[in-house]
Amino acid sequence: MDEINELYQEVILDHNKNPRNYGKLDHYTHFAEGFNPLCGDHIDIYLDIEDNIIKDIKFISQGCAISKSSASIMTTLLKGKTVDEAKDTYNEFLEIVTKGCENLEINHEDLEVFCGVSEFPTRVKCATLGWHTFEDALKNNND
Amino acid sequence: MNFPVELIRKDFPILSREMNGKPLVYLDNAATTQKPQIMIDAIVDLYSNYYSNIHRSVYTFSQMATEQYETTRSIVKDYINATDESEIVFTRGTTEGINFIANTYGRRYLQSGDEILLTEMEHHSNIVPWQVLSKESGAILRYIPMDDDGNLILDNIDQLINEHTKIVSIVHISNSLGTINPIKSIFEKARKVGAICVLDASQSVQHLKVDVQDLDCDFLVFSGHKIYGPTGIGVLYGKKGLLEKIPPYQTGGDMIRSVTFERTLYADVPQKFEAGTQNIEGAIGLGASISYIKSIGLDKIYEYEKELLDYATSKMLEIPEVTIIGTSKNKASVISFMLEDIHPHDVGTILDKFGIAVRTGQHCTEPVMKHFGIPATTRASFAFYNTKDEINVFIDGIKQVIETFK
Repeated sequence: MDEINELYQEVILDHNKNPRNYGKLDHYTHFAEGFNPLCGDHIDIYLDIEDNIIKDIKFISQGCAISKSSASIMTTLLKGKTVDEAKDTYNEFLEIVTKGCENLEINHEDLEVFCGVSEFPTRVKCATLGWHTFEDALKNNND
Repeated sequence: MNFPVELIRKDFPILSREMNGKPLVYLDNAATTQKPQIMIDAIVDLYSNYYSNIHRSVYTFSQMATEQYETTRSIVKDYINATDESEIVFTRGTTEGINFIANTYGRRYLQSGDEILLTEMEHHSNIVPWQVLSKESGAILRYIPMDDDGNLILDNIDQLINEHTKIVSIVHISNSLGTINPIKSIFEKARKVGAICVLDASQSVQHLKVDVQDLDCDFLVFSGHKIYGPTGIGVLYGKKGLLEKIPPYQTGGDMIRSVTFERTLYADVPQKFEAGTQNIEGAIGLGASISYIKSIGLDKIYEYEKELLDYATSKMLEIPEVTIIGTSKNKASVISFMLEDIHPHDVGTILDKFGIAVRTGQHCTEPVMKHFGIPATTRASFAFYNTKDEINVFIDGIKQVIETFK
């Protein structure tokens, strides 16, 4: 069951159990809600962006271990980044979960735990839910 | 009981396949069922030996195809004990069947203030068409509530079924909970107020004897692919008098008696409802699959599946992390469950690696999930070709899932 252990690594299980930056932001500038109707997953993403920098990011989600841990790791990576840097990270993440990590130079080590996802095509949408919702939130200025 | 399951398994070619290097354990029968060779052969025979369009031409093969297509109508008529072949209309499936009723009978006869009664455990396909109709007509939707075992609460049924009730549309067996609903008594009450009774039999015709005269339904719908037949074919049963008075669902070729530029005379039922070239292979395959089921015997199937359900339920209850959703005493072979806080999608992914096919998600019954306050469930559903050995593999798989998340 190597593939299973590759998918459900310690780090994933840890972020699933103890998601970071979990909850609602009292003050936020951007917000989006994401759904995966196939499995009933649901996520809310809150962003506080000032001078093009993501000062704070939080999320609330109902979903599988892959979707929750992916959103949790995303928040830890994106906090403090400029919007452009965040978009680069987003693109790197998408490459990893759709194509796998072979022949890929990874800039963000924290994303390596998602190298196994591409082996599970039905689960790619779980992994990307938080990230897609983040991208949606960037378009939804709350001000 | 002495059920020849090993012999029966040989009739289903896919059951000897592997998935992810493990023998396939197919427990997603409420979503769709696997196909017996005899059904596959019927379709191959059509395309290889006598394929042609039906109801159209005088040559021999066209007559053969027409005859086989119409034979299925007769097989279905006997299977659900309809009184006449003309009461059997072929559709694409249950969803189209319910849309058919809402769009023909519903649109013609429902008015503002009329009531449509459903239950809280309906599949989305028995909610959404009525919601659309209610918006158009001003009719009101009501729902029979259910308790935490997944049984309908009938205490207030005499208020729910009242002089405004025009349609009662109910699922026979819940796809997500397995509950077998007390259809006869509800329909009796509906009949007293003159409401039309619609039965969603998509989860029942493959498990138990469904008799449209005994239940006294006005309409009944089911899907071919859930009864070991092909996808894309389904059945709408309607009482002859009703079918005759409702307008056609679709119009075009083959459903007419005469067409001029000014006016059209429709064909008699059921042809009035079968516009265009029909799903010929679907109907012929469905006839073969129903004949196959009859050869095994629905009574035996029901008894054996009950044995599988009881065995799996008792094995699952030995695992402390398991909570079964849907605990009615009157259940078909469907088990929805939760594994503490492990999400069903994670459960499904891990079971897949063991060759086990289960359904994960909301099963198109979002209101049911809401009732139980859960986002989704994992569902194992058994057919008469499943074995206790397979259930043991499934139980081991569940234990592996729990282990992975420890």
